[in-house]
Amino acid sequence: MRRTILWLPLGLFLLFVIMVVVGLRHGEDNNVPSQMIGKKMPPFALQPIVPGHQGLSLADLRTGQPRLVNVFASWCLPCRVEAPQLMELKRRGVPIEGIAVRDRTEDLQPFLAQGGDPFDRIGSDPQSRVQFDLGSSGVPESYVIDGKGVIRLQHIGDIRPEDVGALYRAWEAAK
Amino acid sequence: MLAMSLLLAAPAFAQSSLPPARYAYTQLEDPRQEAKARALMETLRCLVCQGQSIADSDAEMAGDMRAFVRERVREGKNPEQIRQWLIERYGAWISYRPPVEPLTWPLWAAPLLLLAGGAWLARGRFKRRRA
Repeated sequence: MRRTILWLPLGLFLLFVIMVVVGLRHGEDNNVPSQMIGKKMPPFALQPIVPGHQGLSLADLRTGQPRLVNVFASWCLPCRVEAPQLMELKRRGVPIEGIAVRDRTEDLQPFLAQGGDPFDRIGSDPQSRVQFDLGSSGVPESYVIDGKGVIRLQHIGDIRPEDVGALYRAWEAAK
Repeated sequence: MLAMSLLLAAPAFAQSSLPPARYAYTQLEDPRQEAKARALMETLRCLVCQGQSIADSDAEMAGDMRAFVRERVREGKNPEQIRQWLIERYGAWISYRPPVEPLTWPLWAAPLLLLAGGAWLARGRFKRRRA
């Protein structure tokens, strides 16, 4: 009995080493997924921010047609990187609405002129409030919202060329 | 060299050009409400700088969340209601106060188990000394 107890510290130490090795190998996943998937988008109403685009409210998302809502900002670098992929989704027929986080008209206009403008409506979220409603933890993020306003999918981070297919299929599935 | 200086110049977090929200860096007028809001903010995790509470973080999103918390408290919302609202959206992750649920029971039980184990070991010691 005494003998076996002497091995206990070594055993605990080995357990600790195993946990460290496993932790290091898995790397860390810093994404915080939204808990709102499968739930209805809460009511919101965002003011317009650029001429030529109306603001965005919940009613605009409950038109019976699924759409992609892109949470972005002109000051966000990955948002520039994903612009061509948004244009591609638009070309394939996906309606895209924008939520511009903490943005200004004079910054947003050149951003859209450079990267392309796939958006139907763009609502301004100057204090990240709709981000909190969505359970969104940063920019860019994209959401597939079905015709009844139910959140079907959350894509965290920029849309890479290899993500376009999956997002398109999720949009089709939400029909 | 140029590439290196460019790398160093890149900001850790992209910053917008908008000023902070009204209550991001301003306390509530009522000190009792501010104390409540403060206590809650210290136990909410910042979404972009994940090791800090929103009370400690200078990230813009943390500022917006502080403003959100202060406004809700000012409206008379109970801090636990606000925490629950955020947990519904971000999961228990956002709160530094872990709930008691099947997933977290080892966390709550570990101190008791360790104390019991320690008492058991100590008891053995005392017995031997008496003998």
